[in-house]
Amino acid sequence: MITFFLNDQPIHTTEPAASSLLDFVRYHEHLMGTKIGCREGDCGACTVLVGEPVEGGQRISYQSMTSCLTPLGNVHGKHVVTVEGINQAGGQLTPVQQAIVENNGSQCGFCTPGFVMSLTGHSLSDKPATETNTCAAIDGNICRCTGYKSLERAAAALTAELAARPTTDSVKWLREKQFVPAYFEEMPARLAALRAETAAAEAPTPAANGHAVNGSTASTSPNGHAQSQNGHANGHFPHATHPLLSGGTDLLVQRLDELRQQPVRLLFDQSGRRGLRQQGGRVVLGAATTASQLLESELMRGLLPRLPDYLKLVSSTPIRNMGTVAGNFVNASPIGDLTILFLALGAEVTLAAAGGVGRVLPLAELYLGYKKLAKAADEQVTEISFPAPLSGDLFNFEKVSKRTHLDIASVNTAAWLRLENGLITAARLSAGGVGPVPLLLRRTGEYLLGRELSADTVAGANEVMQAEISPIGDVRGTAAYKRLLLRQLLFAHFLRFAPAMSLAELM
Amino acid sequence: MNHLDPQRHVRGESQYLDDVPEQQGTLFAAVYESPLAHGVLNGLDLSAAQRSPGVVRILTAQDIPGRNQIGGIVPDEPLLAEGHVHFRGQPVALVLARTEQQAHAALKLIQADIEPLPVITDPRQAAAQGELIVPPRTFRIGDSAGAFAGCAHVFEGVAESGGQEHLYIETQGAYAFPTELGGVKIISSTQGPTAVQRHCAVVLGIGMHQIEVDVTRLGGGFGGKEDQATPWGCLAALGAFLTKRPVKLVLDRMADMRMTGKRHPYSSDFKIGLDQDLKILAYEVTYYQNAGAAADLSPAVLERTLFHTTNAYCIPNVTAAANSCRTNLPPNTAFRGFGGPQGMFVIESAITKAAEALGVLPSEIQRRNLLREGDLFPYRQPAEGCHAEQAWDTAAELFDLDGQRAAVAKFNQDNQLFKKGVAMMPICFGISFTKTFMNQTRALVHIYTDGSVGISTGAVEMGQGVNTKIAQVAARTLGISINRIKIESTNTTRVANTSPSAASATADLNGKATELACLALRERLLRHASTEFAVDYEGIIIENEQVLAAGIPAETTWEKLVSSAFVRRVALTENAHYATPGVHFDASTESGHPFAYHVYGTALTTATVDCLRGTYTIDSVQIAHDFGQSFNPAIDRGQIEGGAVQGIGWMTLEEVSYNNEGRLLSNSLNSYKIPDLYSVPAVLDVHFLDTPGHPNAILRAKAVGEPPLMYGIGAYFALRDAVRAFRPGTALPLVAPLTPERVLGALYPEFVTVGQLAAS
Repeated sequence: MITFFLNDQPIHTTEPAASSLLDFVRYHEHLMGTKIGCREGDCGACTVLVGEPVEGGQRISYQSMTSCLTPLGNVHGKHVVTVEGINQAGGQLTPVQQAIVENNGSQCGFCTPGFVMSLTGHSLSDKPATETNTCAAIDGNICRCTGYKSLERAAAALTAELAARPTTDSVKWLREKQFVPAYFEEMPARLAALRAETAAAEAPTPAANGHAVNGSTASTSPNGHAQSQNGHANGHFPHATHPLLSGGTDLLVQRLDELRQQPVRLLFDQSGRRGLRQQGGRVVLGAATTASQLLESELMRGLLPRLPDYLKLVSSTPIRNMGTVAGNFVNASPIGDLTILFLALGAEVTLAAAGGVGRVLPLAELYLGYKKLAKAADEQVTEISFPAPLSGDLFNFEKVSKRTHLDIASVNTAAWLRLENGLITAARLSAGGVGPVPLLLRRTGEYLLGRELSADTVAGANEVMQAEISPIGDVRGTAAYKRLLLRQLLFAHFLRFAPAMSLAELM
Repeated sequence: MNHLDPQRHVRGESQYLDDVPEQQGTLFAAVYESPLAHGVLNGLDLSAAQRSPGVVRILTAQDIPGRNQIGGIVPDEPLLAEGHVHFRGQPVALVLARTEQQAHAALKLIQADIEPLPVITDPRQAAAQGELIVPPRTFRIGDSAGAFAGCAHVFEGVAESGGQEHLYIETQGAYAFPTELGGVKIISSTQGPTAVQRHCAVVLGIGMHQIEVDVTRLGGGFGGKEDQATPWGCLAALGAFLTKRPVKLVLDRMADMRMTGKRHPYSSDFKIGLDQDLKILAYEVTYYQNAGAAADLSPAVLERTLFHTTNAYCIPNVTAAANSCRTNLPPNTAFRGFGGPQGMFVIESAITKAAEALGVLPSEIQRRNLLREGDLFPYRQPAEGCHAEQAWDTAAELFDLDGQRAAVAKFNQDNQLFKKGVAMMPICFGISFTKTFMNQTRALVHIYTDGSVGISTGAVEMGQGVNTKIAQVAARTLGISINRIKIESTNTTRVANTSPSAASATADLNGKATELACLALRERLLRHASTEFAVDYEGIIIENEQVLAAGIPAETTWEKLVSSAFVRRVALTENAHYATPGVHFDASTESGHPFAYHVYGTALTTATVDCLRGTYTIDSVQIAHDFGQSFNPAIDRGQIEGGAVQGIGWMTLEEVSYNNEGRLLSNSLNSYKIPDLYSVPAVLDVHFLDTPGHPNAILRAKAVGEPPLMYGIGAYFALRDAVRAFRPGTALPLVAPLTPERVLGALYPEFVTVGQLAAS
């Protein structure tokens, strides 16, 4: 049984955990305001808000997500909000809706509810209300009619209104200003009650039913509900051979039909799988840490000051709210952005079989071949760690895609260098899109050792690098383009590391 | 006055096809597509699929009771493949099942026995093999061959523009219901309800009166649902007709992208001749249009390419020849601009090539050759009410072309890694369906006894704001509040024999018909008022819902007037017919007066290229546009902004790619990219030129749908200008879209050659 709030209604459903929230909302609950555009997270027409309790349940933190890729099981115990859930009774418009109408930010209207939800999510967030932030909130919403200028004007108008939003207890203010209906103020309490009720129902009651084993499984789940999220009530609980499902951003694109017909092991909300910490000289991340959590982490931003620039190139706000770091790794795409970033950081992954002890593997050794992993079916990534870069270390991430944002790279690459007395003493260079797996360019890295940051070094490194890669032509570019592009991005790394160097020298 | 519909759009309350509540017993349809681009269809094995859970019936060509034919212009397109398959994605069979998932699951169990035949994807190859959709057409004025002899400069070249996926966010679909009289009612996401109706009647072998097509609104169309909504409407109708159950067919995104046609790619040869003063004396062009596997609208698109072959320029000697080439791709179709953009890209390419070779700015050639009042187009219609120079000069002055050029030159001098470029893009676009008979429509206006008004026309609302404009026209003509007016769904039983909502002409045609109907009703009501309230008919008006006699409020309001008229048995319904006056065209001489009027404008575009990475931004697009007397500047500005960005997409990011087997590679939103929020120009200025409009334009507000798309062509040439700042003097190919890959190749041509050698 999956239980959650959909707008102001409690939901108890036995639909499969891996079915999509979008289908549930539209075809079970007949809330038609949430639209289907692409079913792969690339248009944002199906954007909804997913809220979960924070601060001990005092407050609900809402994030925008594309419901097409949200596994139903991932909203267990949460508050899902569709456009119907923010509409004011009586037909008056919320300030978000009003801003779009007044600025003519809607033409055919099909993408519009998605924009409304993204901007409402932004209004509910505690991010400072700047125009940059407001526009960033709609970076995952595609509109084919307006050319976005009217939506930018709507975002600017909204930003101005949000300037008065208090930093604490903003829901009260948002309710007064009619951004959200009154029931939002009651949601922390209602959600807590629902969670308590669910936990009680899931507690072992051998007298009441014969499936004691189910009950005991539920009771061992870390937060009291995760293991029961598969929705198969008749003893079909997932076990070690069932597929693992995390944020859903890749598996629900590729395998929705297959996954919704079987139990899955949900990872997204398993306790201990999120968050970052520094442990000695290493940074440790839970496997289900999302890209958004990386971006918001003070620790990460302290170590990689330009991280926001890098992550702006990685998918979009709703997808970053869903996609997890380990998901990006085990997806094994040769072009995974986070994988490329973490390869250059020297990341290791901890793999654990169910109930077994973990083993640690360098990330680069996870990849055996195209979409082939050095990971047994019953193993899952539990943690990721990497040595914290020292101040003075050089790091850079580059990505080029057909469209700069919300696109899959043609080529991406990251570089980490450590210098002593002007000479490179340690180096890691990674590149995606130029081989069957995300590549750690070991030989290129080795070549750099003991050399200075000079045009000659770059030219030599490029020669080694070109021999280390094997790009193929596909829809993201010809092989020749990818070779040239990676050379250019190598130049880009070094132009950043040695600002005195010039492009002319490198060519 | 804003667009009215967004009030409901923002609340998610607007109903699109897939939002219509499902009737009990509805069957869900899924289309089995040809897995090969060309071949002999020897047979289909449906047995496993028929046994699949939930499958009720699988339909093939043999099940069609009428004719298996949906070709609009040329009868060359079966609804379901029969004998042969001609493109990947061609509908072969229709699975009807109890759920959508069951229908899709069954598709995987169908086996087609197809004997492969050679596949053509290249239009020039098709032309060489004589695979033409219709005989070639040639527009001629003057004597181009003779004129080249007198030219100081002659340049030749090849220009290529790519396809463009419509990417309406709402995919194609239809929902059909059997009716009690043996017909079918279809809710369709179509720009052309009559086309759906007509073809359904043919396919089912029944009268058009037995088919009712209803359209509330579309989640975007852009031409993609003009002719190509028809197959889905017909398939759903076929299912409903044969099973006597409601049948719903909605394409998923990837099926939509695989199965439907796109903007036509063109490959063209040009030759341009100029005199010493940079006046263009002669222009020859041969277009090879990639039509795909069936005619669809290709002949009409081809014709509009010819109509716009010289864009906004006066060229005295022109020979423009056009070939519509049959290839094994999905039939390409209408897309905003309808062949016009493809023609304009070639003339702009020719001018740019000439300018680069002569070492002058393209704008020097462009400005010197702009159309003036009375100049003849190659089809011999004169330019009347010509604003080409006014638009150019206003843009150049208002947006400081000289200043921007100087700033760009300075920037390029100071920067090595980044280069900027500038381009001017004038446009001239003819308004009307070029098939003269299509320039007609009707409006049905009911005034209800409480004074509220319902209006039905042939116009389909797809975001362009036509319903708001029609409501404004009615409110203005009747002298009442717009809140009393409802624009009804577009329905073939209320307004029959309509043209599709296309050719930018929807507001003109349907607005004029509405105006005529409302004028007739107003006159009738005022005649009634003069008798009922004993006031002089001369000088009575209705203003703000008040009846004024010689400027003085009479003793009646709109509501009282209407109810008293009803009691006196005055007809409160009017049906008006409008046909655009003065348009004609003779295809035997390729001359006439096909357009009601032309729309003009000029865009100044600046762009920045990252010369290290090959990426770029379009920094600004500043437009001076000829709206005439816009009565809804908010909607009209939205059309310009959206159209320009769509045009930029076509010229830059949007790359439709097929492999040699005719398989679509850019087959989803992750591999086909349209502009996002961050890729649009930071500056997009729209200046409303002071122009009088045209009497054939609704309330003298000129048509605005298609013309702005062609401003996007400026982005291509601004990027090219920037690339040339990095690589002065390089000969660059004239190939669009200018993707980051093509830009990087242009910046580093030697590496790409070497790399290709290494790879081979």
